[in-house]
Amino acid sequence: MTTAPRPPVLRLRELTRVHGTGAATVHALRGIDLTVDAGEFVAVMGPSGSGKSTLLTLAGGLDTASSGEVLVEGVSLGELKRPALAKVRRTSIGYVFQDYNLVPALTAAENIALPRELDGVRSRAARREALAALEEIGLAEVADRFPDEMSGGQQQRVAIARALIGERRLLLADEPTGALDSETGESVLVLLRKRCDQGAATVMVTHEPRYAAWADRVVFLRDGTVVDETTAGTADSLLVGGGER
Amino acid sequence: MSIRYGLLALLDHGPRYGSQLRTEFEARTGATWPLNIGQVYTTLGRLERDGLIAPEPGGDAKQQLYAITETGRRELVEWYERPVDRTQPARDELAIKLAMAISTPGVDIRTVIQNQRRHSLAALQDYTRLKSRALSGGPDNSDDIAWLLVLEQLIFAAEAETRWLDHCEARLVRLAHALAERPPSAPAPPPDDADTPDRAGRAARQEIS
Repeated sequence: MTTAPRPPVLRLRELTRVHGTGAATVHALRGIDLTVDAGEFVAVMGPSGSGKSTLLTLAGGLDTASSGEVLVEGVSLGELKRPALAKVRRTSIGYVFQDYNLVPALTAAENIALPRELDGVRSRAARREALAALEEIGLAEVADRFPDEMSGGQQQRVAIARALIGERRLLLADEPTGALDSETGESVLVLLRKRCDQGAATVMVTHEPRYAAWADRVVFLRDGTVVDETTAGTADSLLVGGGER
Repeated sequence: MSIRYGLLALLDHGPRYGSQLRTEFEARTGATWPLNIGQVYTTLGRLERDGLIAPEPGGDAKQQLYAITETGRRELVEWYERPVDRTQPARDELAIKLAMAISTPGVDIRTVIQNQRRHSLAALQDYTRLKSRALSGGPDNSDDIAWLLVLEQLIFAAEAETRWLDHCEARLVRLAHALAERPPSAPAPPPDDADTPDRAGRAARQEIS
């Protein structure tokens, strides 16, 4: 017996987003095609106004496309009624923002457990999952700290753990290192990379080439279209020579 | 020059054979700048000629053992104390290419920039993969840490180049827009004034449009 291949975690088909009408029309995205498979880490770069954040909000079902299609694990978001869309957003997609967006009145463990409780998991079981997630990212000691008792890097790593708790396999990150210093930003990328290596699919918007370089693919947007794409694998002398240590 | 001082620095740790120096140099730098044994012996010959190293008795019969001299040690200390000269930059092929592309009819400078950015970013991805691997191994000796420092130098340099290319592209776009809005009656620059920004701008507008 053969099993059907799993659909890509994220697929954008001919995605277009137009704001305004008449002379004030702005084409934020113009026919974007993008496929992200499980385990894949894609960075999106481009100048301001190129459509990076619009792409992310459409991919996450937080905005509606003017035309085209967003498929998350084979489900077309445009065909879902509002409650079903809300469920996909809650159970299949994790979001990470530049300013962490942790709930200030909840501890790290409670923040991570919250989406699971919203999924219907009993609070004791959700806390167990949250503590395991914190253990995995090496932050067990902050479990009972509130966001303002943690460093920026710790808060962002907690936000990533929260974004991927449960069955969520798609992580959408908008400038996740924007507020962090170089070394702390790198610790966030190490974690994102690890989560992808464990099977999550990630799309990260960034303007930092050094952070984009942690991705498997880097997509360049300009004026709402994909103008270029890179994959790792050109520094052959380093990779196949003595650099392979 | 860096090979000369690199070998001298290794010899400061004690006498070594040429083949040993080659292995140790590559271990410190992750073979980023591979050395052939001919280069090693040529450099050792010059260091000996300049009195910075001397043959050391007691080596095996097939290879010559070398040791650093007091003069060599003083020279090495001076090298560590002296900043690497950046006031006489080496010729940079990419800067030369862009400088030429700006005024060459038929060359699309945005394509030149984009092609280079793709290449530089892909190299940055590769360096980052190597760094990720180096970090996951937990660098715990001086060779591993040295390799990490070299990798990070490559990462920062590639990133700087990518940012510079972004800046070039943005500047050319701004320049082209500004020139497109200029009234057509603006006086033309004198024909022999080839380096004026105006001329470059016109070329940019031509290439970008």
